[in-house]
Amino acid sequence: MGKEKRLMLLAGAIIGIFSVVLVKLGNPVNMGICVACFIRDVAGALGLHKAEVVQYIRPEISGFILGAFVISLGTGEFRARGGSSPIIRFCFGVFVMIGALVFLGCPLRMILRLANGDLNALIGLFGFLAGIVVGIQFIKKGFSLGKSYKQTMANGYILPVIAVSLIVFMLIRPAFINFSASGPGSQHAPFAIALAVGLAVGILIQRTRICTVGGFRDIFLLKDFHLFWGLVGIFGFALIGNIIFNPTAFRIGFVEQPIAHNDFLWNFLGMFLVGYASVLLGGCPLRQTILGGEGDTDAAITVLGLLVGAAIAHNFGLAASAKGVPLNGKIAVVIGLLVVTVVAVSNVYSIVSKNKKERAGADV
Amino acid sequence: MSKLIVDARGRSCPEPVVMTKKAMDNNSDSVLEVLVDTEVALENISRLAKGRGYLSEINKNDEEYIILLKK
Repeated sequence: MGKEKRLMLLAGAIIGIFSVVLVKLGNPVNMGICVACFIRDVAGALGLHKAEVVQYIRPEISGFILGAFVISLGTGEFRARGGSSPIIRFCFGVFVMIGALVFLGCPLRMILRLANGDLNALIGLFGFLAGIVVGIQFIKKGFSLGKSYKQTMANGYILPVIAVSLIVFMLIRPAFINFSASGPGSQHAPFAIALAVGLAVGILIQRTRICTVGGFRDIFLLKDFHLFWGLVGIFGFALIGNIIFNPTAFRIGFVEQPIAHNDFLWNFLGMFLVGYASVLLGGCPLRQTILGGEGDTDAAITVLGLLVGAAIAHNFGLAASAKGVPLNGKIAVVIGLLVVTVVAVSNVYSIVSKNKKERAGADV
Repeated sequence: MSKLIVDARGRSCPEPVVMTKKAMDNNSDSVLEVLVDTEVALENISRLAKGRGYLSEINKNDEEYIILLKK
């Protein structure tokens, strides 16, 4: 086994074990790390939605951003940059969140659910892979959100400052911040531990570039398994961790899985939307928080899209629950699929015709 | 031997590596000069080059990298 592959497996293993430990210390089951769920809880804590059971400032989110921020400053990789179709990225961020909340989890939680026997996540995985494959067809045809440009340093500090502000809110608990008294939002690991794990994961992912979308995309697009080994590490060690630390909760099947529903079609389509939009964005929700911490303001805008998407998902009654997917959620997923497709088709069309014009110009 | 320049500066993942792959597929006998400005793109392209049997030479120029690729 090559050194690089071993390192990726090891990094994945650490993330997988951290996820199990966070559940053991109080996070909801199969939610040791879930970027979509955590951002939704933050949206609730800030009063952007009124779903009382999912309101909590998850310190893990601040940790991811600040871990990536600190390590990228240290390695010289931090660079303020942006301007690559920010409004499309924001919009895709909104729909990634809606797809994730119809499935009930980001791609990382999908892997963690699978590692605890929840076979609904397998259906989600099929949808996720199908979405990635469809998105790749546009990438092959030249889909591009355009170049980003260097920006002044202050641009890159905005997201990390927001991350610090959230920690401050958590410490002084002002009256305008909401905290769930019951439900998933009330279940959490101790603040300091969750923040420390978030920082460690942020550093690890910044260094290894692990990405749930990239792991599969690179196999289909480039036959490159490098990132995939990180995902194998996460799955394998979360599985082992679940069986060792929490054997009674490990149950293989479709029914009565924690914070999940077993509506096959919408588990598939929800994650299809996540895979589809994320591959065109260039990375999964977790990767976007990391890039946002590195000074990529396009990724920071995507994270804000995820935040607003969470607010919309709960204010408009789109988010699923253990009972199933509401009609509004199904409509929103279909709208999301249409919007992403229209953007992708029009983007490829304008790039292809621009290239043709340039070639015709060169021939003259 | 001709030299082809691939300017992937400012492009987000996975565009730099896709642009490089296309250039390799279409110009197998050219030397490629790939310009990138992130370490992620540098790593991805180096991995692609290694997998396809290219020799790569990396020069750092301020905050940008010039990757020379030849068979």
